Amino acid sequence: MRFRIEQRTEPSASMRVAAPVVATVLTLLVGSAMFAVLGYDPLSTLQAFFIAPLNSMNGLSELLLKASPLILIGCGLAVGFRANVWNIGAEGQLIIGAIAACGVGLFYPDPESPLLLPLMVLAGACAGMLWAAIPAFLRARMNTNEILVTLMLTYIATLFLSWLVHGPWRDPAGFNYPQTALLPAAAMFEPFDYSYRLNPSIFITGVAVLVMWLFTDRSFLGYKMSVGGAAPLAARYAGFRESAAVWTGLLAGGAAAGIAGMAELSGPLGQLSPQISPGYGFAAIIVAFIGRLNAFGIVLGGLLMSLLFLGGETVQLTLGLSSSLTRVFQGILLFFLLAADFFIFYRIRLIPEHA
Amino acid sequence: MDLFLAIFTGTIVAATPLIFAALGELVVEKSGVLNLGIEGMMLMGAAFAFWAVISGLPMPVAIVIGALAGAAASLLFGVLALTFLTNQYAAGLALAIFGSGVSAFLGRNFGSTPIDALKPVHIPLLSDIPVLGPMLFRFDPLVYLAIVMFAVISWFLYRTKGGLVLRTIGESPETAHAIGYPVIKIRYMAVLFGGLMAGLAGAYLSVAYTPLWVENMTAGKGWIALALVVFATWRPLRVLLGAWLFGGMTILQLQGQALGLAVPSELLSALPYLATIVVLVIISRNRQILALHFPASLAKPFRPAS
Repeated sequence: MRFRIEQRTEPSASMRVAAPVVATVLTLLVGSAMFAVLGYDPLSTLQAFFIAPLNSMNGLSELLLKASPLILIGCGLAVGFRANVWNIGAEGQLIIGAIAACGVGLFYPDPESPLLLPLMVLAGACAGMLWAAIPAFLRARMNTNEILVTLMLTYIATLFLSWLVHGPWRDPAGFNYPQTALLPAAAMFEPFDYSYRLNPSIFITGVAVLVMWLFTDRSFLGYKMSVGGAAPLAARYAGFRESAAVWTGLLAGGAAAGIAGMAELSGPLGQLSPQISPGYGFAAIIVAFIGRLNAFGIVLGGLLMSLLFLGGETVQLTLGLSSSLTRVFQGILLFFLLAADFFIFYRIRLIPEHA
Repeated sequence: MDLFLAIFTGTIVAATPLIFAALGELVVEKSGVLNLGIEGMMLMGAAFAFWAVISGLPMPVAIVIGALAGAAASLLFGVLALTFLTNQYAAGLALAIFGSGVSAFLGRNFGSTPIDALKPVHIPLLSDIPVLGPMLFRFDPLVYLAIVMFAVISWFLYRTKGGLVLRTIGESPETAHAIGYPVIKIRYMAVLFGGLMAGLAGAYLSVAYTPLWVENMTAGKGWIALALVVFATWRPLRVLLGAWLFGGMTILQLQGQALGLAVPSELLSALPYLATIVVLVIISRNRQILALHFPASLAKPFRPAS
């Protein structure tokens, strides 16, 4: 038997859905092999990585808590990715959003005002958009590659955060630790139940998913942007402006990441320190791809990616394995997903030898 | 004079990993392929070379292992981008994330002790010339290798038939395929070469430049190397000049921090990233300059019609 690769006459809808599942299964297989090579029992390690975190109410609360920023940012980024606008600096936009929100939370004159929390959401969104507006302006007006600019701005945002918490914003009563004072209670999301960390900020993510779905599937601008991404020449012929797509794509990602940063601050963190995100901004890129740049797919992708983060933490605690395994799994998952995508457009045809 | 010497030699040394990585990427992009994963390949090279040294392997072997680790990582990208015709942006990003994870995992037990760095060479007579000796002839061997690679790549790209074929493939893979050149095979070779060079760049960081292991120690140098290729408008000589410019910037900001300038150290550390944005804007504004040596098929998947 020989085989031949041939192009499908039209993209396979079933492969489009099957690819993330196939990629997940293959990632698990490679993961087991990896654990075996490292000298751990594959089954019990996989159990510790992917099942144990979900075995308790606390685990489920943590799963949603971590999925929330991933889904939120994934939705924002996907708006840009659909139009071939490559914002890979969501991590920086998240940091700037958290900084702006923290500024409002710490320095607003009335620390008990019920307005505080909404103002912080607004500050986070605006700051994230502002940080994303730099690459948007540079790409739209100066033809500068947004991949490199968004990434460079992430390094700059990290350094800015480090300066703030080591310098002007350092808590004077904080025993010289590089962190800000704790935010007042009115600047925090109140958890649903004080035994767990999950808080109402997940409703923001819920709204974002709906908005993203309405925008991409029901709005004309969303349609124009998708055409621009899939067929730039056709879009230009139809008179769709590229710069509108660039601005919308980047600002959507910036706003989402900024709000996610705010929600992290007003949720699990409570104060700024040099490390405020375990890489949600980067992982959200993968979430957007696994979710097929589609709102409901991103929800599933976000839950899966959240599980990878949780599993990484669990095996670090229980088996002493490094939590950097999370990034290894993220990379492998994306590799397999991209490879599986090939079969949306192509198929393998077996050719009998005698033919 | 001492300060000048320190800045001059520091610049040359700091530019070396950028030269390796950016020249490698230049060859890849000249073949029409965009590999965004330099950061990941450099981290793989850095981690594997460091691992080899602390396992007691001789330094040259460790460096080769680092380079091979980069090449192995690039093969993952190659399979996705060239065989599975994946979006090259996404495949490169996946490689960047994967490389950072694998290197961090490998390096979890490396500890934080420095190793004996790659030794500078002592060239009889030349190294002892006053002034010029310390300035030019007392570097470690990889610094000279970087310059040699520049010469070899310039010669290959513009003076050999192989270079012409590579550039043709980067301009129009359809034409090259119609003439009968194995487009995919040559692109694989270019991608592997880019990986080798990025691995070498990473190895240089962990066994010669720093020389100790820090997680994510490349700190964006892989991305700056990508920017250098654009900044150089795809010309080897300008890659070299750009790398020295950035090396100089790195050293100046380090000297500034050492001198205790009344500026936050974070601001000084941010300078190379800011500079990257500024030079990108300056070069990209002029679409004509940018288009002149731009490989026309860059990042476009190609599958030979069989």
